Amino acid sequence: MTRVVVIGAGPAGLAAAASASRAGAEVVLVDEGERIGGQFWRHHPTFTARRLQHQLGRFADLQRALEEVTVLSSASVWRVEAGAPLRVHALIGPVDGAQRRGETLEADAVVLTTGAHDRVLPVPGWTLPGVTSAGAVQALAKRDGVTLGSRTVVAGAGPFLLPVAQSIALLGGEVAEVVEAASAVAIMRGWGRRPWELIAAAGKAGELGAYLGTLVRHRTPYHPGSAVTRIHGDGSVEAVTVQRIDRDWRPVPGTARTVECDAVALGHGFTPRLEAAIQFGCELTADRFVRVDSQQLTSVPGVHAAGEITGIGGADVALAEGEIAGLAAAGVQPGDLRYRAPLRARRRLRAFAARLATHGIRPGWTGWLDDDTVICRCESTTRATILAFADASSRGMRLATRAGLGPCQGRTCGRSVEDIVGAQSGAGVRFDQRPVLSSVRIGELAAHRDPAPNPREESRQ
Amino acid sequence: MSVTIRFSGEFLEGRDGQSIGGILLVGGHRTWRTAGGSERGIFCGIGVCQDCVVTVNGVEGVRACQRTACDGDVVEREVRR
Repeated sequence: MTRVVVIGAGPAGLAAAASASRAGAEVVLVDEGERIGGQFWRHHPTFTARRLQHQLGRFADLQRALEEVTVLSSASVWRVEAGAPLRVHALIGPVDGAQRRGETLEADAVVLTTGAHDRVLPVPGWTLPGVTSAGAVQALAKRDGVTLGSRTVVAGAGPFLLPVAQSIALLGGEVAEVVEAASAVAIMRGWGRRPWELIAAAGKAGELGAYLGTLVRHRTPYHPGSAVTRIHGDGSVEAVTVQRIDRDWRPVPGTARTVECDAVALGHGFTPRLEAAIQFGCELTADRFVRVDSQQLTSVPGVHAAGEITGIGGADVALAEGEIAGLAAAGVQPGDLRYRAPLRARRRLRAFAARLATHGIRPGWTGWLDDDTVICRCESTTRATILAFADASSRGMRLATRAGLGPCQGRTCGRSVEDIVGAQSGAGVRFDQRPVLSSVRIGELAAHRDPAPNPREESRQ
Repeated sequence: MSVTIRFSGEFLEGRDGQSIGGILLVGGHRTWRTAGGSERGIFCGIGVCQDCVVTVNGVEGVRACQRTACDGDVVEREVRR
């Protein structure tokens, strides 16, 4: 029996585990969370308002399809190894607990569905209490049933800002305005051309329509071509500066206005969680997603990938990709009829995903930073400090400034530091590689005993 | 079902299943950690940024946004220079 390990229980991972299991594989689904569902299905089974959670029917179907699957929740994968068998090392136990138990899983095939997290561009004042990522608003609304402020500015780029604004409104908070970096012209061009592609992804377009409807009902202003360029407050958020930005996201002088608020939700797109794929040795694309073939197979034998780590596209395309990856991991041959429906769905939904490029980050954003703006939140490293070492080697810059060396390991600031250094010196600093994939306590590391090495690894040494 | 946790000596009540971070927010606390001289609380909300870490029952570095509160949890602030 083919042993398949799926890492990550969001839409892509659930679909992969379900299809691999139905195809006869022995499947283990590993996820860091206490409940399956990932960032998309993070509702609490009893107290989350049902209107906050989308596609619950689909979630219930997937749950039922996991009957034969071993689900390891509260399991953090901290190391993976290529070879035969593939190995996945996890620590299982309460979140950040001191006595988690180590487990090593061996597999013939692995499906990586590690997803993505918000990318938040630094803004002067963004460390003030009351400023969160847009994803935090969703997580708090769905999981905890709370909003952070009474009057929130939602700012950044992309359609994800709309459900965030809707969640705040549904929980009774006021959305002062939604500030979108892409210009009205860019949005018309990006979403208005070849409308038949969007009709084919009708569910998706309908969803966006519903969000826009909520904004209209609450008379929430929507400002394209603009950005929050400064956050003000003494001890916590009191107001933001909103400014027009040009097509390269450079702030336009003379356009600043002040908006009073007590919370700010920022989201400028998403960063794929690539560390496990990189540790396996998977090849990346030029725009730094995991390269996969038509069967969602990576460049590493036995390792498949699906969902946001292969390109940002949202839950629907992730479900289709996951289903394909699960079938392939279980050994179902290309051309099998079972691929037909998910392949068709993937083709249709990728056309929708391609439109997200309309909202892609442009290099002019660094124009709204001050010298003393904190870039690395963990180490409180400012822009001026990073610029002072922009010509040093990647390692030298990090050691001198400590940017990216704190507890989050550069997940929050990494790509912003790359932009700042790149704009100054053209150097190609990269933050994607992390030898330890998740937080591990020293004692847990000390207690770890490696099983015997793979025969193949041994003969190579 | 409700749970009660203790934060810096204060008793806070939450719903069973809420995260420690969620209960602190409902209890009127926006921040519970000092970093580089400034106050921090929830930022990413999904366990990535490590900004919201607290000490829970004597164990340091626990992400408040990820840890489901258990009845009787004793939560303390953390300071990072």
